[in-house]
Amino acid sequence: MPTFVYMTRCDGCGHCVDICPSDIMHIDPTLRRAYNIEPNMCWECYSCVKACPHHAIDVRGYADFAPLGHSVRVIRDEEKGVIAWRIKSRNGETDLNLLAPITTKPWGEYIPKLADVAAPSKEQRESQLLYNEPKYIRLDDGDIHTLKSNGLKLIEGVEGY
Amino acid sequence: MITTNPFAELSASISPDIMQLYVILMALAVVAGVIFDVVHKKSAAYFFENAKKAEKNARRTVSSGEKMSLAVSTVTNEVLTSSELSPNPARRLSHLMTMWGFIIFVIATVAMIFGAEAGIWATLWHLGALSLAIGGGWFFFAIRVDVSSEGKKWYQLSFRGDVFILSLLVMSVFALLWSFSGAGVSGLSLLFFVLFIAASTTLFTTVIWSKFAHMFFKPAAAYQKKVTKADGSQENLPDVGEMNDPAIQSRYPDIPEYMGTNPPNMGLGIKREKPTHY
Repeated sequence: MPTFVYMTRCDGCGHCVDICPSDIMHIDPTLRRAYNIEPNMCWECYSCVKACPHHAIDVRGYADFAPLGHSVRVIRDEEKGVIAWRIKSRNGETDLNLLAPITTKPWGEYIPKLADVAAPSKEQRESQLLYNEPKYIRLDDGDIHTLKSNGLKLIEGVEGY
Repeated sequence: MITTNPFAELSASISPDIMQLYVILMALAVVAGVIFDVVHKKSAAYFFENAKKAEKNARRTVSSGEKMSLAVSTVTNEVLTSSELSPNPARRLSHLMTMWGFIIFVIATVAMIFGAEAGIWATLWHLGALSLAIGGGWFFFAIRVDVSSEGKKWYQLSFRGDVFILSLLVMSVFALLWSFSGAGVSGLSLLFFVLFIAASTTLFTTVIWSKFAHMFFKPAAAYQKKVTKADGSQENLPDVGEMNDPAIQSRYPDIPEYMGTNPPNMGLGIKREKPTHY
């Protein structure tokens, strides 16, 4: 089930509109509050829920992963570098608090400066490879990336996932 | 010029009784509009239902003293200084100018129509109208999302979306023009007076369709939000906690393992740029 907006919390800032990958969060032209224009196209990625500065967006979860009436809410706290989840059942017996580190790179950094990159050569233009493709899949300088090649190892308990 | 009571000039043509009757009618229109709005949208029912739900989920009891201090902080922050708009300083400033301008303008109008000495009231009336005109004009022409983000022209209006700000703006501008043109009811002055009264009548009689009632329900919602934080129900939102708290670190051992004892600040997130991609 899709996202919905608590109208008394939303201030119409538009962050959810910017971040929605399906482009279905819009600002109502009359009420100036966000709403989901096409609920059946929402795949519950929670991007807008995490982006909302007022925690005004919630999701009605599917009954197939949790009983109806439950609540799954999230706070993405960039300052503390973590994402906190809380899953609560309808009768309140299950009340889980979960905490996970943000694993993406800090927002807004590592954006390729394409304007500074030299124009592609004729050979590159005619190649079937995409921009930077040999470099990132390392066809040219070794094998593909693995945990081992990057000096990482699985942590106990993670293997099962 | 701004120290002259325009209603004293007007009383030569329109009896003060009629002016007082008009003010009372407008006040009744606002009361009726707000009550109808509350009943029709069931906003009070929703508010109390939500408060009851929050109370059921509360982890601690909030004493009446605490509730009082939350109410005071709601008044000093959200109401008097529009702190909810702090992420957008321009909008906050324009809101403060509009809100305070309107309050001062209305109080000064009522005071002068009901017989107070012009003195400070006339100056306040003009300054209030000026503040309302500048703040409202700034919002109407530059800040509101239709213009700043949706690419619409300022004159592409919708009734329900714009009647509040537009009637405020027209009322304040023509109130000033009417006063500066002699506050009479002839010639150009009459035109300004008619537009001033038409705008103010529109403002106070369209409460059920406009954004007027937000000045009553916004503080209630802000207070309710503070209470849910204080009683721990926090609208089912999770506890984030402090990352250097040993209890958090032992409960979530993968946090210090992956990120160290103090996970890095990941920057402003989506808030690093203004949302304009509507």
